Amino acid sequence: MDTLMLSRMQFAITIAFHYIFPPMTIGLGVILVIMEGMYMKTKNEIYHQMTRFWVKIFGLIFALGVATGIVMEFEFGTNWANYSRFVGDVFGSALAAEGIFAFFLESGFLAILLFGWDKVKPRTHFISTIMVSFGAHFSAVWIVIANSWQQTPAGHHIVGDGATARAEIVDFWAMIFNPSAMDRLAHVLCGCWQAGAFLVLSVSAFYLLRKKHIEFAKRSMTIALIVGAAASILQLASGHYSAIVLEKHQPAKLAAFEAHYPKHEPAPYHLFGWVNDKEQRVKFGVEVPGLLSFLLHGDPKAPVTGLNAFPPDERPPVNIVFQTYHGMVIIGVGLIAISWFGLFLLWRKKAFDYKWYLRLCVISVLGPQLSNQLGWFSAEIGRQPYIVYKLLKTAEGISASVSRSEVITSLILFGVIYLMLLAVFIYLMNEKIQHGPEDTVIEEGHRA
Amino acid sequence: MTFAFDLNTIWFILVGALFTGYAVLDGFDLGVGALHLLTKTDKERRLMINSIGPVWDGNEVWLVTGGGALFAAFPRAYAAVFSGFYMAFMLFLFCLIFRAVAIEFRSKQPMRWWRRMWDISFSIASIISSFILGVVLGNVINGIPLDQAGNNTDSFWHLFHFYPIMIGITTVALFMMHGAIYVVLKTEGELHNKVRGWINNTIIFFILCYVFITMITLTYIPHMIQYFKMYPFLFVLPMLNMLAIANIPREIVRGKDFNAFLSSCAAMIALMTIFGIGIFPNLILSTINPDFSLNLYNAASSPTTLRIMLIIAIIGIPLVLAYTVSIYWIFRGKVKLDDHSY
Repeated sequence: MDTLMLSRMQFAITIAFHYIFPPMTIGLGVILVIMEGMYMKTKNEIYHQMTRFWVKIFGLIFALGVATGIVMEFEFGTNWANYSRFVGDVFGSALAAEGIFAFFLESGFLAILLFGWDKVKPRTHFISTIMVSFGAHFSAVWIVIANSWQQTPAGHHIVGDGATARAEIVDFWAMIFNPSAMDRLAHVLCGCWQAGAFLVLSVSAFYLLRKKHIEFAKRSMTIALIVGAAASILQLASGHYSAIVLEKHQPAKLAAFEAHYPKHEPAPYHLFGWVNDKEQRVKFGVEVPGLLSFLLHGDPKAPVTGLNAFPPDERPPVNIVFQTYHGMVIIGVGLIAISWFGLFLLWRKKAFDYKWYLRLCVISVLGPQLSNQLGWFSAEIGRQPYIVYKLLKTAEGISASVSRSEVITSLILFGVIYLMLLAVFIYLMNEKIQHGPEDTVIEEGHRA
Repeated sequence: MTFAFDLNTIWFILVGALFTGYAVLDGFDLGVGALHLLTKTDKERRLMINSIGPVWDGNEVWLVTGGGALFAAFPRAYAAVFSGFYMAFMLFLFCLIFRAVAIEFRSKQPMRWWRRMWDISFSIASIISSFILGVVLGNVINGIPLDQAGNNTDSFWHLFHFYPIMIGITTVALFMMHGAIYVVLKTEGELHNKVRGWINNTIIFFILCYVFITMITLTYIPHMIQYFKMYPFLFVLPMLNMLAIANIPREIVRGKDFNAFLSSCAAMIALMTIFGIGIFPNLILSTINPDFSLNLYNAASSPTTLRIMLIIAIIGIPLVLAYTVSIYWIFRGKVKLDDHSY
């Protein structure tokens, strides 16, 4: 493997690992605001107990997010120096804004959230919880804007040519509101809320199965189901609008998602399948004719630009993005089913009664994790061979001064350290979950 | 080069201010880490970690934001430094990861081997990351073999010349001093008295390194003192630095631990300012050809971006200072262990 491929692998591994954590803290942040808000309103101790327990979980996840997040900022420079020179004028300002507006807010108020219970008034603590949640959301805003600019660059012009060419901002707001930014942001945030909601859902269902912390689990599960159901259905809508933007601005990526080859014909939608790129067809698949055309244009006969409209070296690897994209969609539909069925059961007052449903909820925590990862892989691999769409190829972005052996060394070290971290993280999460919330007198009174 | 107070110069100062904020704040928590293994009992070690508990990750944000600001304001310098010091930065990152998780994980389990393992990770990672920061700084002062495209042509081991290594050791010494004063400020009783006794040693260790470094710099690295020769009033800075350091033992003896800590902060700010004036107007000096050096003009982003960023900074910096001050205010006083502690 050459340095380019190794650097790409290193970035993929480090970003995928990092992306396990921030979605959970963003989603859990919203749930913490709800729980502590309920406590402020009702003064019911049970909500206090819930907030305290989930704050502890939040702290552990946050620490991993911070530790693995600094790596990302460094890697732009270490492995992608030419890319950094090219995008610095545009991308750097979004990154700096993220630091100033999001990270300081988040890390500052997190201290109060974790350690300030006895040092500040309950109202101040609640405000800190809201601020941490805002901070977490702002960080998503800035980094998704920066990433979206790479997908659909806008508000810039190119200065210089050849090796010294670089993008410079001409219109800041056009850069911020680049064509895909807001739809992609909505899509990412919904994914994050799902990650938080299904984590809470899973742990609560586990307690109910074990017949422990019943009152705590029922109330946590109710909140999680409502947030999860809302996020999952919004996710469907945001995904739909993202696809429409995609067709307009990155048609090659959309065509690859659906393995749609003909230049200008109505497109079917595949439920699943396996792409044979040589024969330009989908094998072992189930397709609904005209559905993609219908989803994009409201007309099953509307033509959609296919892969053959692009020269072979301007297409992403088709089968990989086809699989990751369809994996994401299938899991997304599953999450809608689980959460809306849960809402239905809540309405019928039976949500905590069916063992099979609780078991399904326990494993559902993996759903948003997988779909978030698959979605990002689709988005980023789908952009290939470009690192900045139509402006800079990935191969042109790497650091000239970094050798293959250096990247191999760091890649192996990241692999080993991250595997170890993952093992310790899962071990500690399990410990905390097994230990459960600190029981209070309230819990005794409500024991079923 | 003549001095012009333009956007580029403002950003040179702002990026410098962010890294100085990082050195002053993360400096003490890296220092606490470097001293960590010198404490013996489990309670002392928990006190050490919890003294930085609520603030350490906010302190690291100064580095993240400093890095982001360098990326945005001087992308060519960011690209040259980060790719040019590839392995050093990778090692630094691994240390930061280990530190972060060691703080988080250490007290989660009671087993002796578990705590010992994370104690060692925390301390060694703190020492190595401080050392690497110094080595990188030393190479920036010295200049690196930057080619015309802005790429460092040296390999990893070439970073470790005598001079950068000495700066690395000095940095560790400085952070240990700074960290020891912080621990004295934040603790009481036995640990407080014990660390109090270490302060003079850390000061002596730092001063020895510092005097030695200064002599080498004056002798072998003339470009660092060109402005000091041109404008002799700048010598006020090294004077301030020495006075601030001399003031530390005095304040400690008088029992004014907070003043001692402020003195230590002032000494670090003076040092960073001296460094900034020394390298100005360059960001990275090329040892191959001075024309290849990256300075605050040829490495900078467009004036539009610098202007936008200045607006962001003007809105953001007061907020950041407000949070930072309030967090330190809320967590003022001696650290006590309770059920929320690490």
